[in-house]
Amino acid sequence: MTESTYRIQGGTGEWEVVIGLEVHAQITSESKLFSGASTEFGAEPNTQVSLVDAAMPGMLPTLNAECVRQAVRTGLAIDAQINKYSRFDRKNYFYADLPQGYQISQLYHPIVGEGVIQISLDEKDPDAHGKVIGVERIHIEQDAGKLMHDQHPTMSYVDLNRCGVALMEIVSKPDMTSPKEAAAYVRKLRSILRYVGSCDGNMEQGSMRADVNVSVRKPGGELGTRTETKNVNSMRFIQAVIEYEAQRQVDVIEDGGTVVQETRLFDPDKGETRSMRSKEDAHDYRYFPDPDLLPLELEDDFIFDCKASLPELPDEKRARYKNVLGLSAYNAAVLTAEHETALWFEELLETTDEPEKIASSAANWVTSELFGALNRMGLSIENSPVSPAQAAELLGLVADGTISGKIAKQVFEIMLETGDGAKKIVEEQGLKQESDTGAIEKVIADVMAANEDKVAQYRDGKDKLFGFFVGQTMKAMQGKANPQVVNELLKKTLG
Amino acid sequence: MTAIFEMGIADIRSGIADGDFTAKEVAETFIARVSAAKPLNAFLVETPDHALASAEAADKAKANGEALGKMAGVPIGMKDLFCTEGVPTTAASLILEGFTPQYESTVSSNLFKAGAGMLGKLNMDQFAMGSSNETSAFGNVISPWRRNDGGNADLAPGGSSGGSAAVVSGRIAPAATGTDTGGSIRQPAAFTGITGFKPTYGRCSRWGTIAFASSLDQAGPMAHDVRDCAIMLESMAGFDAKDSTSLDLPVPDWEAALNSNLAGKKIGIPKEYRVDNMPAEIDALWQKGIEMLKDAGATIVDVSLPHTKYALPAYYIIAPAEASSNLSRYDGVRYGLRDLPDGAGLQDMYAATREAGFGPEVKRRIMIGTYVLSAGYYDAYYTQAQKVRTLISQDFDKAWNSCDLLLTPTAPSAAFGLGEKSDDPLAMYLNDVFTVPSSLAGLPAMSVPAGLDGKGLPLGLQIIGKALDEQSVFNAGLAIEERAGFVAKPEQWW
Repeated sequence: MTESTYRIQGGTGEWEVVIGLEVHAQITSESKLFSGASTEFGAEPNTQVSLVDAAMPGMLPTLNAECVRQAVRTGLAIDAQINKYSRFDRKNYFYADLPQGYQISQLYHPIVGEGVIQISLDEKDPDAHGKVIGVERIHIEQDAGKLMHDQHPTMSYVDLNRCGVALMEIVSKPDMTSPKEAAAYVRKLRSILRYVGSCDGNMEQGSMRADVNVSVRKPGGELGTRTETKNVNSMRFIQAVIEYEAQRQVDVIEDGGTVVQETRLFDPDKGETRSMRSKEDAHDYRYFPDPDLLPLELEDDFIFDCKASLPELPDEKRARYKNVLGLSAYNAAVLTAEHETALWFEELLETTDEPEKIASSAANWVTSELFGALNRMGLSIENSPVSPAQAAELLGLVADGTISGKIAKQVFEIMLETGDGAKKIVEEQGLKQESDTGAIEKVIADVMAANEDKVAQYRDGKDKLFGFFVGQTMKAMQGKANPQVVNELLKKTLG
Repeated sequence: MTAIFEMGIADIRSGIADGDFTAKEVAETFIARVSAAKPLNAFLVETPDHALASAEAADKAKANGEALGKMAGVPIGMKDLFCTEGVPTTAASLILEGFTPQYESTVSSNLFKAGAGMLGKLNMDQFAMGSSNETSAFGNVISPWRRNDGGNADLAPGGSSGGSAAVVSGRIAPAATGTDTGGSIRQPAAFTGITGFKPTYGRCSRWGTIAFASSLDQAGPMAHDVRDCAIMLESMAGFDAKDSTSLDLPVPDWEAALNSNLAGKKIGIPKEYRVDNMPAEIDALWQKGIEMLKDAGATIVDVSLPHTKYALPAYYIIAPAEASSNLSRYDGVRYGLRDLPDGAGLQDMYAATREAGFGPEVKRRIMIGTYVLSAGYYDAYYTQAQKVRTLISQDFDKAWNSCDLLLTPTAPSAAFGLGEKSDDPLAMYLNDVFTVPSSLAGLPAMSVPAGLDGKGLPLGLQIIGKALDEQSVFNAGLAIEERAGFVAKPEQWW
């Protein structure tokens, strides 16, 4: 980052913040990582639990190949090393949401090694303000179940529906130095996962959550002791955790204390983190290779097929929008941030043989008119009441001069309300633009006749009145006059 | 005609096929034997209805002229480590008291598909941890055998598959399932004068078998003789997609290829198995075994398995490590025992449940396993033990350059008296000294009865084969069986 370097102002000077994120992303798959139970969100408690998930005696895990495929595709999407040999380890600890008494994870040999994610702090010009964040590794592991404390006065209940669902843990390097960078990283990672289709990125449903590692140091100094705040489930909270933790650590150090390496929890109500357990109380997870599972060995062909199955990814797409379609850096960035937006936009372009010609106007329209409308209605682009084909029809009418841009806004509103096509609306409501110079000249003559005093003032040099004549003419023609023609004719007539 | 209760699998099969008796008569015979055998404490659950239903199905199939399964009409005993649908399954532990699976283990399911019936669930060392049956939470099995010294001391049937060994040797069931992690089929087979076979790791699915040490556990048959073991193993084995470590290979027709002519076979005698303080009787039996195999046409070669002495320590790190993790699921939350003291929280419930539910030997192994996996000790113990395991496998691989099979004693002694070793876990662990190396290497191995000691107790010889070469192991076992002429049976005192 070139500008606005994030610093904590302490009593002893400036402090730099070092941030690493471990993002847990739920892998999109029909069934769980090691069992056939469904992964669908929102089912009645304990209705999606197999004998394996409930850790009944004698049950054994069998690996879901789709989860492996999605992890490999994700790795390839961040240019990461794919480890042809990986292995599953047991992480042992007791908790009621963990029926086996261990989580099957990958400590020693993860499936994906080092990769990179390109982030940007300035969506207006991402390339000028980009930064590369290293990814240390991605491994696959099981999710735990959920404890419910509000079902009984003295007992806790357990819902095992989520137990055994496949997660990718995506571990970044400590390459981020501000809350904004962390947010940009998560946003970009989420975008990539959604492009790849390996995770729906739904933070509210818990499909993506982050463990936030924060430490502080004097700029350029030795790394400080870090704390890890667990299970932070929104972009806003991630930033809040970093801000709070960084300030807290600076305060501790400047008050003569030392930062304790520990696990912390975020309290969203208070906006604070608090200690969960210190290093001394840390679990000894007694990791060891899971003897129920064979090492996972990947063939070159499999990796090749995973690669071939990847869609055009956000960075490539953004470059193409800029360089081939000629979009502005801003439009290219905005249209590619979400895969669905890009797909919608491309469907619109596909209605023409020469997409470059309409790309810029279409991009402007999507990012202003369509986004504005969707925002107002609280809809995502997948649920847009206007289809790409309908939008293409509307934009076509503007392009060929049938309606003005202003009328187009009006037509679009009617489209949103009625679902009708643009052509139909224009015809039925007589919104077609008047470009016939004869008709316009006649109206102009009427306007001038009715406002002789103003004509005289204009001719005496009061240029500002030009707008008045435009307005009067447009008004007289119910806004349907081609504004360009009106301008030209007025200039000529007024002299 | 031999009495039905004296018969094994092959005899019952031909008797039913020839119409000498019905499967129902067989089932009724053994159900009565089971009822009369209560003093042995071999059964935790009796399932006469299951045995009768299978028998009726076999009789009906025969009447209809349908082809009969390999085990049709054979009522067997089922070690209580196998989960059986609708039949309580506890692994002889209080922590699973009251647990009734809603699913059938692959091995028991395979056997039932082959026509076998089930007489009941067999007592065993708790969670298969033990060599004497004394770790069962429901009282030990008493061996049908007694010393000929007139002392009438109760003897250990061996373990952990002690219930299986007792009922087969006592002619209470014609055959029984066993499981073997470090010798749990072979040692009790040797102690009770029966034949027990541990196949190559992965031959039998582990799905639905309560886990002790996943990388070692293998199911296998315990029966009267080699042929019965071959028939039964064919019915138990087979690829199972539900077990990732299951071998995706066809099951050979071992019975059809039984052949005790060992011409051209080389039998290795590993010098490291000549341990200190080995009873002279065991050594003499081993010599006899060598002569028998020579007589069958085999060549005897001396081989060295230099890392043998590290096998037992490595085993007692790896097996407890896996067990400590495998047994974490018994936490009082979902099934089995729950001990919830007044006002207790989750941690208290775990502690109280596991304190009350697990026996001392199980706790000991959980503690050992937890320790060797702990931070700071993992490399020194677990990693080191895994390296030893690799070296032991390599020892066998090298031995196979000069021989096809190995012959060793099965156990370092004959059956000992109940209570004689229960105070000394290390002395108990030494029972596994000859069986553990082949378990660590995942190799097929069997124990065949080959003689009696001075007190009239059975002694077994062990044959170890190359991975997947069960056939050669069966064949060598058959050669010993034919020559040893072992016909001793326990006197019925119960």
